[in-house]
Amino acid sequence: MINLVEICDLKVEATTDSGRRVEIIKGVSLSIAEGEIVALIGESGSGKTTIALTLMGHARPGCRISGGSVSVAGKDLVALTEKQRAKVRGTEVAYVPQSAAAAFNPATTIMDQVIEVTRIHGLMSPDEARTRAVELFRALSLPEPETIGSRYPHQVSGGQLQRLAAAMALIGDPKLVIFDEPTTALDVTTQIEVLRAFKAVMKKGGIAGVYVSHDLAVVAQIADRIVVLKGGETQETGTTEEILNAAKHPYTRELLAAFEPKPRGTVSPEAARGSLLKIEDLVAGYGRRQADGLPLVRAVEHVSLKVEKGRNLGIIGESGCGKSTLARAIAGILPAAVGKIVFDGKELGRSARDRSRDQLREMQIVFQYADTALNPAKSIEDILDRPLVFYHGMDRKARSVRIDELLDMVRLPRNLRHRRPAELSGGQKQRVNFARALAAEPKLILCDEITSALDTVVAAAVIDLLKELQRELGLSYIFISHDLSVVEAICDEIVVMYGGRKVEEIMPAKLKAPQHPYSQLLFSSVPKLDPAWLDGLAQDPELVRAYCRR
Amino acid sequence: MTMTTSSTSTSPSRKSGTRSGYRFNIVGMIGLAIILFWALIAIFAPVIIPYPVGEIVDVDYFGPLSREFWFGSDYLGRDMFSRILMGARYTVGISLAAVTIACFSGVVLGMIAAVAGGWLDTLLSRFLDALNSIPGKLFGLVVVAAVGSSIPVLILTLSVIYIPGSYRFARALAVNINAMDFITVARIRGENTFYLIRSEILPNIAGPVLADLGLRFVFIVLLLSGLSFLGLGVQPPYADWGALVRENIGGLPFGAPAVMFPSLAIASLTISVNLLIDNLPQKIRDRSE
Amino acid sequence: MNNPVLSLVLSRLLIAVVTLLIVSFAVFFATTLLPGDTATILLGQAATPEAVAGLRAAMHLDEPALLRFLRWIVGLLHGDLGTSYANEMPVADLIAGRFINTLKLAGVTALFSVPIALTLGITAAMLRGSLYDRIVTVLTIGVISVPEFMVATSAVLIFAVYLKWLPALSFANEIHTVSEMLRVYAMPVITLTFVVSAQMIRMTRAAVIETLNTPYVEMALLKGASRSRIVFRHALPNALGPIVNAVALSLSYLLGGVIIVETIFNYPGIAKLMVDAVATRDLPLIQSCAMIFCVGYLFLITAADIIAILSNPRLR
Repeated sequence: MINLVEICDLKVEATTDSGRRVEIIKGVSLSIAEGEIVALIGESGSGKTTIALTLMGHARPGCRISGGSVSVAGKDLVALTEKQRAKVRGTEVAYVPQSAAAAFNPATTIMDQVIEVTRIHGLMSPDEARTRAVELFRALSLPEPETIGSRYPHQVSGGQLQRLAAAMALIGDPKLVIFDEPTTALDVTTQIEVLRAFKAVMKKGGIAGVYVSHDLAVVAQIADRIVVLKGGETQETGTTEEILNAAKHPYTRELLAAFEPKPRGTVSPEAARGSLLKIEDLVAGYGRRQADGLPLVRAVEHVSLKVEKGRNLGIIGESGCGKSTLARAIAGILPAAVGKIVFDGKELGRSARDRSRDQLREMQIVFQYADTALNPAKSIEDILDRPLVFYHGMDRKARSVRIDELLDMVRLPRNLRHRRPAELSGGQKQRVNFARALAAEPKLILCDEITSALDTVVAAAVIDLLKELQRELGLSYIFISHDLSVVEAICDEIVVMYGGRKVEEIMPAKLKAPQHPYSQLLFSSVPKLDPAWLDGLAQDPELVRAYCRR
Repeated sequence: MTMTTSSTSTSPSRKSGTRSGYRFNIVGMIGLAIILFWALIAIFAPVIIPYPVGEIVDVDYFGPLSREFWFGSDYLGRDMFSRILMGARYTVGISLAAVTIACFSGVVLGMIAAVAGGWLDTLLSRFLDALNSIPGKLFGLVVVAAVGSSIPVLILTLSVIYIPGSYRFARALAVNINAMDFITVARIRGENTFYLIRSEILPNIAGPVLADLGLRFVFIVLLLSGLSFLGLGVQPPYADWGALVRENIGGLPFGAPAVMFPSLAIASLTISVNLLIDNLPQKIRDRSE
Repeated sequence: MNNPVLSLVLSRLLIAVVTLLIVSFAVFFATTLLPGDTATILLGQAATPEAVAGLRAAMHLDEPALLRFLRWIVGLLHGDLGTSYANEMPVADLIAGRFINTLKLAGVTALFSVPIALTLGITAAMLRGSLYDRIVTVLTIGVISVPEFMVATSAVLIFAVYLKWLPALSFANEIHTVSEMLRVYAMPVITLTFVVSAQMIRMTRAAVIETLNTPYVEMALLKGASRSRIVFRHALPNALGPIVNAVALSLSYLLGGVIIVETIFNYPGIAKLMVDAVATRDLPLIQSCAMIFCVGYLFLITAADIIAILSNPRLR
C-alpha cells in the first residue's frame, strides 16, 4: 500500500538576522499511512512545526524549503506552484494552529471562518456547509452547537476556540490534519476534553494526522507512531508502544526519564525547626479600592499558609487561580490589601518599600521567564555582582571570587561570566537567574513557575539542582506551578488553589490523597505516559462542569 | 546537557551576527560620509570659503554656474557657494543644539515618568501631549511673533517643540523595559529610582534613543529651514539654508541656481541622516520602529 | 456599540477638551510674552504718556493676565475674536473669507491625495520587498526628508519654468473659468498632495503590513485562500481602522504644509493672513488664526484616535 505522506530527505533553510543562511531541517524523512496519526515530538527549536508546515507546502517568512520532497496523496508539494499548493490546502491537508485565539480573524464571525474553506474551494453550498459545521461542532462536543457559530472569536473561551479551529480544519474533509501543539496553551482540566474530542473525530473519520507536541504524555494518548526530533534531525521513530517501553535512542530515554516520578522524601519531616513564613488571611488583587478597603478584583481571597524552616511548600492551580498574585503579595511587589505576613518571627510590611534591606535580602523571588528577568544589556558578571555590592558591600576581589562560587553552585562554567544573557540557552539563563537569588544569601526563595518555560529535560535538571542546593544551604522554597509533577518532586506540602482561595493542603510524604473534589479533578487530569490513560479516565461530568471554564 | 539544541545551533551564528551586525552596508556608509562632510564644513567654513559671504563679487545677479562661482551668484551678486558653506554653520549648529536639548530633556523626563508612574506620569504625559497638539510651525510662528527671532530663541523654541515627541518615544520604550521582571527584581532588592533609570533602563534604550535623535534632527532641520523660509528664523545679514532660499525666491521664475542649491544642501543632509538610520544594524534599530 | 466603546470615546473627547484649554492657554501667554508695551508699539514712540495709558485701559492691558485670558476665552466662545490692531477691523471679518479659501485648498488636496496614497500604500504593502515597493518607499522617504518649500520650488521649476504648463504664482482675485481655477489651484494642490501623500503612503503601508503579519492571515493562507482573498477578506477589514487613522494623521500635515504653500504661492488663505500678521505683530489676529489651526489639528488627531477605538472589533 502506498503511504499517504512521504517526506524524503527534507531540508529547510532559514535566514538569520545578520543575513546568514542556516539549515534548520537537516534531511528528515518520514511516512504516514492512511488514517494513521503520527506525532512529532521534540523540544523548542527541534524543527517539529517547520516540518509540519512543509506538509502544506508552506515555510514561514525567512525560511525556505531547500531540498528533498514532500509528497501528500501523490503530489510533491515542493514542486507545485503556489496556485497548485493553494488547491491542496484545506481540502487534502488542513491545519489546527497552536493558538486558535490568534488564528481566528477578529473581524468576522466564527461560522464564516469555519466554512470559508468550502467557499474558497467551491466544495458545497453555504447552507450545506453550515449544516456540516454544526454537525462538527456537535461531534467536537461544543456547547450550543446551533448558535456558537454566530459569535465572534473573542466571545468564546480558549478551549472552545481550539475545538472550533479543529472544525475549521475538518470541514473540507481533508485526508490529513496537522495539529500544531493544539493543547499547549490550555489548562490540564480543559485539555482532556479537547483531546478526547480530537481523538473521537479523527478515529471516526479515519483521518490521518500529524500531532506536533513537546509533551510525550499527551502524544501517547492520541498517536499511533512517534517521531522524536532534535536539532532538525530525526532521533528515533517507532510505534507509541515501542517508544514508551523500549526506547533505544539516549535522547528519547532522557525525555522519558523526565517523567519518572521522583519522590522527595530525603528531608526528615520530624525535625521541625520552627516556622519561617506564616501568612494569615491574605487578600490581594487589582483595581481601585472599594469602600470596604478591598481591591475591585480580588485575585487572592483569605489565604493562610505556613512554611517551616528547611521545608518546601508547593502552590498549584490552573491559570487565573491567584497563585502568582499570592507570590507577588508575599514578595511585596503587589501589596496585600488585608492580612499578615510573618517572616522569621517578625511581621513584614505589606509593600516591599516598607521592608528593611535585610528582610528583602532574606526572601528572594525567581521568575518564570529568565529572558525578561535578566537585563539583556548586562553581562552575567554584572548581574551577579549587584546583589553582592548592594547587600553585602563586598570589595571587588571578594565579589569576583564569590561570582565564581555562585556559578559553580548552579553548575555553570565560570567563563560564562563575560557573556550576555542572549548568548545563553534557556536552562542556563534560569540558572543565572537562580544564582542571583542565591547571591543574596536568602532563607526563602519564591519560585514562580520557574520550569514552565523550559523543555522537559532541562526542567528536570533544574529541579535536581534546586534539591541539591537545598541540602547544601538549608534553604526553603515556595514553589508555584501549574504542573503537578514538578511540585510533587520537590515539595513537602502542597496547597491547591482555585478561584483565589486555598482549596486544600496535601502532604505527599504522608501519602494523603486529595480529598477536595477540585483537587481530585486536577490531579486526575494530569496526562500519564500510559496510552490507555485517556480512554480509561472516568471523571464525574458534574464536577467537570462545576470547575472548568471550557 | 542543559544546552538546548536550538541554542547550540544558533549561538555561533548569533555571535558572528553581533560582529557583522555592526558593519554598515554601502548605503549607510554613504549617508554617514555625507553627514561627516557637512559636519566638517560647518566647523571649517570660514577657512575654506572662496569669497567673503557679504561681498558682492559678481557683476550679474542670479548668475549661472561658472568656474569662478561654482553655485552661481545670488540676488545681489554674492557668491552662493560661500554662502551655502557658511549657511551650514547655522543650519547644522542650531539644529544640533536644539536636538540635543530636546532629546536630553525628553529622555530624562520620559524615563522618570515611566519609573515613577502614578500622578507624575499622568500629569507630565497630559501636559506634553497637549503641547504636542500645537503644530510645530505654528508654535514657531507664535513665539517669533511674540519675542522676536534670535539664535538662542530659535534653539529653545525648536527644542521645546520636539521635547514632547522625544518624551513620548523614550517613555514608551522605558515603560516596556519597566514591565520586565529584572526591574521588579531590582525594585524588591531595594534599589532607588536613580539606579533603576541609570543602570537598568538606560542601557536598554540607548540604541533606539540614538536612532530617534537622528530622526528628530531631520525634523528640526526641516522646521528651522521652514521658519527661516518664512522669514522667522535666522535673520539677515546671517543666513542659514532656509533663509538663502527665501532671499533668492525672486529668481525662481528664471530657474536661478541660487534657489535650488540651498534646497539641495538641505536635502542632502536630511536624506543622508535617514539613509544612515534606515541602514543601522538591526540591533540598534529594532526597537525604534 | 455600548458602554465600553462609548466611555472610551467620551474620555477621548474629554481629553481633547482639556488639551484645547491647555493649548489656548499656551497660545495666549506666548503672545503676551511680547517684550515692550503693546500700547506703545501701536501708538509709536512719539505717543504721549496719556494716550498710551488711555489705550492700555481701553485694551484692558493693565488687568492681570489671567483675567485677560478669561475675557479672551469668553469672547472666543461668543464668536468675538477681537479687533485687529493693524486695520481695526473685527478679526472675524478678516478671517471668514480667508478661512473658506484655505478649506477649499485643503479639501481639493485631500480629494487627490487620499485615493492616490491609499492605492500606492496598500499595493506597496501587498508587494512588499518587490522593486515597486522599494521605489515607492525611496520616493516617500525622499519627499518626507525635504522641506515643503523645496517640493514647491521644484514643482514651479518643472511645471512652470521648464514645461511652461502653469504660471509660477497664483493670483486668486477672480475666478471665472475652469482654466483660471486650474491656474490658481494647480500648483498649491500639487505641492500639498506630494507632502501629504508621502506621509499617508508610509503610514498606510505600515498598517497593512502589520495586519499581513498576523497569525490569522497565515491561517487564511493555509486554508488555500488566494492572494487577493487574503488581502481583501482578511487583511484589509482589520487594517481599515489603522488606515483611516493614518489618513487623519497625515491630513494634519496639511496644516504645516499649508503655511509654506500659501506663502510661496501668494494664496489668500488663513495661513498667509497669519504670516502677514506676524510681520505686523497683530496679536488678536495671530491668536485667532493660531486657535483655528490648533482646533483643526486637534480635531484631526482626536478623530484619528476615535476611529481607532471604533474600529477595534474586540470592543464590538
